[in-house]
Amino acid sequence: MAKLNINGKARDVQVEPDTPLLWVIREQVGLTGTKYGCGVAQCGACSVHLNGEITRSCSVRVGDVKPTDKIITIEGLSANASHPVQKAWAAVDVPQCGYCQSGQIMAAVALLKKKPKPTDADIDEAMTNICRCGTYQRIREAVHLAAGNPAPARAADRATRRS
Amino acid sequence: MKKMVFGNGQRLSRRNFVVGSAALAGGGLALGLNVPFAGEAAAQSGANELNVWVAIKPDDTCVIRIARSEMGQGTLTGLAQLVAEELECDWKKVTTEGITPSRNLASKRAWGDMSTGGSRGIRTSQDYVRRAGAAARIMLLQAAADQWKVPVGDLTVSNGVISHAASKRTISYGKIAAAAAKVAPPDQKAIKLKDPKDWKIAGKPLHRLDTADKLNGSKLYAIDVKLPGMLNAAIKDAPVFGAKVVSFDEAKIAKMPGVKKVVKVKDTAVAVVADTWWHAKTALEALPITWDEAENGKVSDATIAEHLKAGLAATENNGERKNGDALAAIAGAAKKVEATYYTPFVSHACMEMMNATVKLSSDKAEAWVATQNLEAALAALGEESGVPLAKCDVHRYDLGGGFGRRAGGHDYLRQAVTIAKEFPDTPVKLIWSREEDQAHDFYRPVAMCKMSAGLDEKGNLIGLHVKSSGQSINAWSNPAGIVGGKDRRQMQGWWEEPGDAQLGYTVPNLLIEYVMRNTHVPVGPWRGVNTNQNGIFMECFIEECARASGKDSLEFRRALMSNHPKHLAVLNAAAEKGDWGKPLLPGVHRGIAQFMGYGSYSAATAEVSVSKQGKLKVHRMVLATNCGHAVNPHQIAAQVEGGVAYGLSALFYGEMKIDKGRVTNTNFDTYEILRLAEMPKVETVVVPTHDFWGGVGEPTICVAAPAVLNALMAAIGRPIRNLPLKNEKLV
Repeated sequence: MAKLNINGKARDVQVEPDTPLLWVIREQVGLTGTKYGCGVAQCGACSVHLNGEITRSCSVRVGDVKPTDKIITIEGLSANASHPVQKAWAAVDVPQCGYCQSGQIMAAVALLKKKPKPTDADIDEAMTNICRCGTYQRIREAVHLAAGNPAPARAADRATRRS
Repeated sequence: MKKMVFGNGQRLSRRNFVVGSAALAGGGLALGLNVPFAGEAAAQSGANELNVWVAIKPDDTCVIRIARSEMGQGTLTGLAQLVAEELECDWKKVTTEGITPSRNLASKRAWGDMSTGGSRGIRTSQDYVRRAGAAARIMLLQAAADQWKVPVGDLTVSNGVISHAASKRTISYGKIAAAAAKVAPPDQKAIKLKDPKDWKIAGKPLHRLDTADKLNGSKLYAIDVKLPGMLNAAIKDAPVFGAKVVSFDEAKIAKMPGVKKVVKVKDTAVAVVADTWWHAKTALEALPITWDEAENGKVSDATIAEHLKAGLAATENNGERKNGDALAAIAGAAKKVEATYYTPFVSHACMEMMNATVKLSSDKAEAWVATQNLEAALAALGEESGVPLAKCDVHRYDLGGGFGRRAGGHDYLRQAVTIAKEFPDTPVKLIWSREEDQAHDFYRPVAMCKMSAGLDEKGNLIGLHVKSSGQSINAWSNPAGIVGGKDRRQMQGWWEEPGDAQLGYTVPNLLIEYVMRNTHVPVGPWRGVNTNQNGIFMECFIEECARASGKDSLEFRRALMSNHPKHLAVLNAAAEKGDWGKPLLPGVHRGIAQFMGYGSYSAATAEVSVSKQGKLKVHRMVLATNCGHAVNPHQIAAQVEGGVAYGLSALFYGEMKIDKGRVTNTNFDTYEILRLAEMPKVETVVVPTHDFWGGVGEPTICVAAPAVLNALMAAIGRPIRNLPLKNEKLV
C-alpha cells in the first residue's frame, strides 16, 4: 500500500514497497506515457519529475516516495501539449518512433527550469537519455528553440572551420 | 503442397493467401500484387470510399490508407504525400488509417505487400498508391462534371476544391465524394501520373503526420496494451543460444506475489505469468532453472575469432566476383597493401523491447503486436495457435523501433502464443526485459575481411583481392536465399550489377570472395545489413590504398569511378559541401567515404579530433544521398541523422561479448549506446536525379562509420581495423 501524488491527484496503490515507481505508474496507475527502456537508470525513457527534479523512475522504490512528494509524468506536464518544450518538439519535428520522447521532453523541461538559456555544453550534460532513432540533433535544436536562444546558437558546432 | 519460407526459416503451408515472404531487409522481393480497386474493403464509417487507398468524409477529411509499418522512419507521411499529390486534396485535411493484415487477407490482398524492410516502404509502393490517388481525383472530377452537366475537361481542382470557371461554381471533395464513389473507376494503367517536377505536396519538406501523440504520452505502443483481465508474462530463454530447459522449480516461486503459473515455452525458454509484469519479472529472477548447454557453452569471442580467421585461409567459395587476374596483378605490383578488418556482432537495441499480447479462444486468435511484417505476424499467429487464418486477427501498432529486428521470425509473438495457450480466453502480455532483449536478438553478423591490393609505379590501383569470412544471415533465417552454395547477400555493396548495391569502383583486376563461417549466435538484418561491414572493409581499405599511393583520398577514388557517374556525383556533392581540401583548425582531420545500398547512392565526409587522452570527437559530418526521387527532404534528413547515430553507436561501442556460449553484456550499463553529447553536427545534402526510386532508411548508414574511421586514420596516422573503437587505444 502506498499513497502517491501523481499529476496533482492523490493515488492509493496496492504494491510491495520495493516495486519500482515506473511499474507503479504504468501498471497500477495506468499512465503508460512513461516508458520502460532498461530498468537500470541508463536510458532515461522512464524519466519523471519528483518534486521538480528529473528522476529515472525505474530505479526509485515506491516505498521511498512520500505521500507529499509531487510526481509529474508526461501526461501531467501540460494540457494539450502546450508546454513550450512540447511546442518546440512539434515545431522542430523531433520524434521518429517516439518511444523515448516522453523521457527526452521531461529531461528538457527539467534542464530549462535550472538553466533557462542553456549552452550546447549544458545540453550535452543534461540530455543523456538514449534515443535509438537518432533524433539527438533535433532534440538539441528544440531545446534551444524552447529556450528562445537566438538562431545562430542553434547552428551547432561549426568550430572546425577556419573561416 | 507448396511451402513458403518465413523470416525465421520456419516453413508454413501456403493456405489461402500468399504472404510477402521473409521481408528481410535487402531480400528485395515483392510478390505479385492484386492491387487497388478491388473495392472490397469495408468502408470507414461516414467516409465515402473511392478505392482501397482513399476515402473522403463529408467534412472533407481525406482518409489515406497505409499498409506499411511505421517505426519512426516516416514512411507513413511519405506515402500519404504521394497519394495526396495525385489526389490534389488539401494536405491539412489528410488523416491516415492503418490496414490490418486480416483486412488485407479478406480483401484478397487489395493493399498488396505490407512488409516494411529493405528500405522498400515507399519505393515499392509509390506507383500503385499514386495511381490510387489519381484515380480518386478522376472520379471526384467526373462526379462534379456529371452533377453540373459540363465537360470534365472544363474543371480544375486545387486543395480539394473543384471549380468550373465559366459558371463560377465550386464544390469541395467532401460534398461530391458520395457521388464520386459511384463513378466507374478508371483504368489504373492508363492514368498518366504527374511529372515529379510538378509536385506540390510530395517532394516538399513537410512535417510528419504522426507527431502529436508522441509529445504528451498518449501514443499507445504494443507494450502499453491494456485489456480486461489481462495477465502479464516475463520470459527467460536459454542464456546459451540453443540450450534446452532441463528443469525448473516452480514451488520456489509459487507463493510470490501475483504469480499464476510457470510455463515452459518450446524446449528452450521458461515464462512466469503473473498479475503484473513486475511481479512476473521478479518471480522469474527467483526461479531456479537448469539448462543443458551442450557444446554451445564452450563458444567464446576467442573461438569465434579463430573460426573466422580459419575462414580467411579456407578455399571454399560461397560467393565470388571476378574480373582480370587480381592475384597475379597484386603479385607483380610495384607496391602491395594488405589489411585485415574485424566487425563484431551488434544488437538492434530497439527502445521498445520485444513484446506481444495474445488472446486465444476456442475459435479465435488475436494478437496485439508491433512488427515490420504484419502479414507474416498473422501467419505466425495462425501457425502457432492452430486457429485458421480467417479467424486470426493482428491489431497493428507503430513500432518503438524496428531496424530489422521486427522484420520477421516473430519469435516474441510465437512465445506469447505458446504462453497464452495456458490461459484460454485471457489476454496475456509478454514483455522481454532489456536483458532478454539484448541476450536474444538476431544480431548484425560478425565478419572478418582480408584485403590485398597492388599499386603500379604511379600509385594506380591495378589489383584488388577481397576475402570476407563471416556469418550468413540467409543461412540462419532464409536458406532459400543461398543458391548453389552462393550467398550473394553477404556481398551487398560489392555487386557488379547496377541498381541496388553496386560497387562504385572499376578495378582492372578484381577478386572478391566470401567464405561462410556460421556460429550458434542468431543473426539477422540490422539497419543497412551487410552494407555496414562491407562498406567499412572497402572504404577503409581504399583509404589505406590512397595513402599508400601518396594521392589525395578523394582523387584516388575519383580515378576509379569514371564508369559510375551516379556514385561519383554523390561523392563530389559530399566533398564539396564537406569542404574537402579546405583548411581545418589544428588537430581536426577529415575523412571521406562512398558506398551504395538499397538503390541509393551515399557519400560522407567527417571531421574529427582525438584528444591527448585518446578521446575521439566527431565534430561534423556531411552526408550526400541520391535516392532518385526525394519524397520528403526533411524526413530524408531525419533518416540520415538517424543512420549516423545508429552507425556511430555501433562503431564506438557495438559489440556483443560472447562468453561460455552466451551474451554477457545485456544492458546499457555494459552495452553502451551513443548519446546526444557524442552526436556530430550532421548536414544532409539530398541530390536527387529524378530518374529512379531508391531507398532512404538504410542507404546512408554504410558511409557513416568509414568516413569517421578514415578521418581517424588521418588524425592518428594509422588505421584502426578492429571494432568497436572503445577497445582500441587511440594515442
